[in-house]
Amino acid sequence: METGTETVKRGHAQMLKGGVIMDVVTPEHARIAEEAGACAVMALERVPADIRAHGGVARMSDPGLIREIMDAVTIPVMAKCRIGHFVEAQILQALGVDYIDESEVLTPADEQHHIHKHDFTVPFVCGCRDLGEALRRIGEGAAMIRTKGEAGTGDVVEAVRHARAVMGEIRRLATMRPDELMAYAKSIGAPYQLVMETAEKGRLPVVNFAAGGLATPADAAMMMQLGMDGVFVGSGIFKSGNPAARGKAIVRAVTHFKDPEILAEVSQGLGEPMVGIGVTELPEGARLAGRGW
Amino acid sequence: MPVVGGNEKMRIGVLALQGDFAEHRVVLARLGVETVEVRLPRDLNGIDGLVMPGGESTTIGKLAHDYGLEQPIRDMAGSIAMWGTCGGLVFMARDVGVDQPILAIVDMVVQRNAFGRQVDSFEEDLDMACLRGEPYHGVFIRAPVIVSVGPDVEVLGKLKDGRIVAVRQGRLMATSFHPELTADDRLHRFFLELAAGNGNRS
Repeated sequence: METGTETVKRGHAQMLKGGVIMDVVTPEHARIAEEAGACAVMALERVPADIRAHGGVARMSDPGLIREIMDAVTIPVMAKCRIGHFVEAQILQALGVDYIDESEVLTPADEQHHIHKHDFTVPFVCGCRDLGEALRRIGEGAAMIRTKGEAGTGDVVEAVRHARAVMGEIRRLATMRPDELMAYAKSIGAPYQLVMETAEKGRLPVVNFAAGGLATPADAAMMMQLGMDGVFVGSGIFKSGNPAARGKAIVRAVTHFKDPEILAEVSQGLGEPMVGIGVTELPEGARLAGRGW
Repeated sequence: MPVVGGNEKMRIGVLALQGDFAEHRVVLARLGVETVEVRLPRDLNGIDGLVMPGGESTTIGKLAHDYGLEQPIRDMAGSIAMWGTCGGLVFMARDVGVDQPILAIVDMVVQRNAFGRQVDSFEEDLDMACLRGEPYHGVFIRAPVIVSVGPDVEVLGKLKDGRIVAVRQGRLMATSFHPELTADDRLHRFFLELAAGNGNRS
């Protein structure tokens, strides 16, 4: 019996495909998310919109809170550690969380080095803005990738930008001759073997979710139509007027992402979405996506 | 890769509510079978078999319930072949110990997440009663086990410690591991034999 293999780490993300992973800050939220049909929850002390408002240094959540959330639901529970903070990651693995998000939403602990994720039995998900960044993280051992988007804004524009960047670069890769791949790998700063693997498969070697600013069923379905495998919704659900209804609607929208009639039906009567901040209104220093490289 | 004879006429539905349905479609397509994604009851029309993939069984169950898929699937169970892997196995069970929407089409009691959390997910070789040749490499991800089975259920595979991880009840098959994540397509071929009505060789 072998545990912690690439197959079981990447495979767990494959089981999350077509699903919605919801940020939750209490066991009660976690139960609402599970009831709404979430395929996993992200256990946090504060959703990204509140991390933004609160300011200061954002760190791994209290293990006690994460444990309570793990006890409240049967679906997988993820938790975030700071970029490069391998001891927070060791603690989360010891707690038994099902996935670790090495996340730019928290304040980075290391501006040069991300965690060497191959060392862990628990799988990791990491954010990216383009193909090079995605493949660097996979090279370090990430078993799942997500767009960074711009968390805590309710503005989907950055998630769209990052998804289009990754998917567009993969399409370009597919048109290249084999002898062009090394130069391309150099130009995007990505490991050559992973560039070759991506070119061969026509997709990332791991599952790729959308994240960062999704707030409506239409946002979620758009990301799916752009080729993402599933979605994270952070502040968008529990900062809205009716989290239970919105959560359920987004779950349905991700399953039926190609069916505009169902999308119209699930988008009705959800109450107020999260208020949000336009990304263009954010000062440069307030953007989270620029953390990590 | 040679295809199984006659598969080109077969049409297999893959429940596409949530989970790794695309991986099953890739294997089935390689075997020369036409596949269709099932999200609504109308998608069940004209299929010769139904695969229920891995995924979160609570999510799959709720979406199946909301869009009226449970009863049509129950009504077709046995008249066409069906196969659930991991989350799909949970969905087929008679009893899963917790309150969530299930089909109750296979007479088995199932324990979800029976091995612990993701850090306990594992790979192990299995001896499968229905397959010739090499042991089958099982990939178990937050996997369920089958705690007990009724008289009409045949056990197809057990772990070394004796726990049941694969069963068959007539044309219904359930496995707690993920054949769609390996390159070994023998179980997909076996399922296609069940779908074609030739599944009695064991």
